Amino acid sequence: METKPILELKQVNACYGKIQVLYNINMRILPGELICLLGGNASGKSTTLKTILGIVRPRDGRVILNGETINKKPTNYIIRNGVSIVPENRRIFPRMTVLENLEIGAMHRKDKSQVKRDIEAMFELFPRLKQRIGRQGMVLSGGEQQMLAMARALLSNPSVLLMDEPSMGLSPALVDQQFEIIENINKKGTTILMVEQNATMALSIADRGYVLQTGEIVLDDTAENLLHHSGMQTAYLGGEL
Amino acid sequence: MEDIFGQLSQQAINGITIGGVYALIAIGYTMVYGVLSMLNFAHGELYMIGGFTGWWVLQIFSINHVPVMNAALLISLMIVLSMAVSALLGLAIERIAYRPLRKAPRMNLLLSSLGVSIFIQNFILYFQGAKVKVFHISHLIPEGIRTFHVGGVVISFMRIIVILACFFLMVILTLIIKKTNIGKSIRATAQDIEAAAFMGIDTDKIIVIVFLIGSALGGAAGILVSLLFTQVDYYVGFQAGLKGFTAAVLGGIGSIPGAMAGGLLLGICEAMAVTFFPSAYKDVVAFAILIAVLIFRPQGLMGERIREKV
Repeated sequence: METKPILELKQVNACYGKIQVLYNINMRILPGELICLLGGNASGKSTTLKTILGIVRPRDGRVILNGETINKKPTNYIIRNGVSIVPENRRIFPRMTVLENLEIGAMHRKDKSQVKRDIEAMFELFPRLKQRIGRQGMVLSGGEQQMLAMARALLSNPSVLLMDEPSMGLSPALVDQQFEIIENINKKGTTILMVEQNATMALSIADRGYVLQTGEIVLDDTAENLLHHSGMQTAYLGGEL
Repeated sequence: MEDIFGQLSQQAINGITIGGVYALIAIGYTMVYGVLSMLNFAHGELYMIGGFTGWWVLQIFSINHVPVMNAALLISLMIVLSMAVSALLGLAIERIAYRPLRKAPRMNLLLSSLGVSIFIQNFILYFQGAKVKVFHISHLIPEGIRTFHVGGVVISFMRIIVILACFFLMVILTLIIKKTNIGKSIRATAQDIEAAAFMGIDTDKIIVIVFLIGSALGGAAGILVSLLFTQVDYYVGFQAGLKGFTAAVLGGIGSIPGAMAGGLLLGICEAMAVTFFPSAYKDVVAFAILIAVLIFRPQGLMGERIREKV
């Protein structure tokens, strides 16, 4: 029997005002997969994530989460129904403590005693956060903020975790550590859709990938095949595939 | 020497009273600015409506200018209904004048708020007239407790009520903001509205709650000052709004503790100025302090400059 996708985009077109930014996007993400969404600047990667979250409304097409069309659902409904995001630039709350940031991530959950245990689990995954528990978000280093953003997103118990440029602004050593953590989170069963500029690193841990160019998917293949695809360099240097 | 000390003590009490009121108004400005990055210039009118609601309640429960209800019950009813009417008006303003402009440039929102302010002022002027409405409450408080003498300082019963009510409301608000999920959602929305939406917070609902709380506090400020000075008119919101806005900027616009501190500081400085200068100069002193703070600490006393980490 064919496995049902956990998240699916069917013929999605999206616009910013009168300017169309996504053209006929088709994506199919199965439970447990780690998918990366690649492409150069302004190719529509982040817009795709925002469309899934309902922040950008598709002009037409369908976004389907666990079999339910969510095109017209508000963002808070989509988040409460299993999608979570580690946003670009982390977007942690600067004047809230580490603990408060984590609590915000789990705010909509009803199982409060489990939330406490999950926060402890996050401290085991990111021990640095426990040391900084009472510090405000704005005094954390970039790496610590990234850990906090990931822990906060995981605390909402997502069935699909969206990650927007998780390696952006991190030192090379931290980038390696970051991808290791992402891989581990995925191995524990969380489905991940990751937007990333660092294509080689992203494809090295992903199952499959999609490559976007000016709002269109131009490549769709396994990570292994994409890594060795001759067109990848061209796509990243802005050429036509 | 003793005389000046007595005067300063008296002015400190006066300053805390009016400062508490400024703080309540400033909280409304700062909360709305926090979530929408707009200055709600109609906020002063919510203060005015608070005062008028109190007066309307007093009219309903008075015969020949003599209140016919238990004093504690009547004052409580005036405060609660003033808060409720201002809160509902705040909600209506948000829904009609601001929500349709949510994605428009901030200047459009600002102009809309000015329009709302002028409309409400003129609406009240048309239906209630320009004449000052007097609160005939002199007999409401039993004679024995109308004023208290502590050392050389005279404190009226109503002044105590105003101080207690202001601080009670500020404590309640602080507890809501710090301890409840709604409060945390308000803080998150104020700090980064899109990131708050990413966390599953219904930011539209939070904006409505912010208007509800801010407007209710504005209404409370209006009725408390009206009870203290026993009068209200259609134009009181302009001056009060200006002072509340000043207090919010002084404390650091967007910061709720800043609004509280800014309001109290502004009230105390204004009152103290009266000790040394003619009372007509108190506004000059208040705005001179504001200008000095803006020059040396543009983010206000408790506002913070956030540096983005990369």
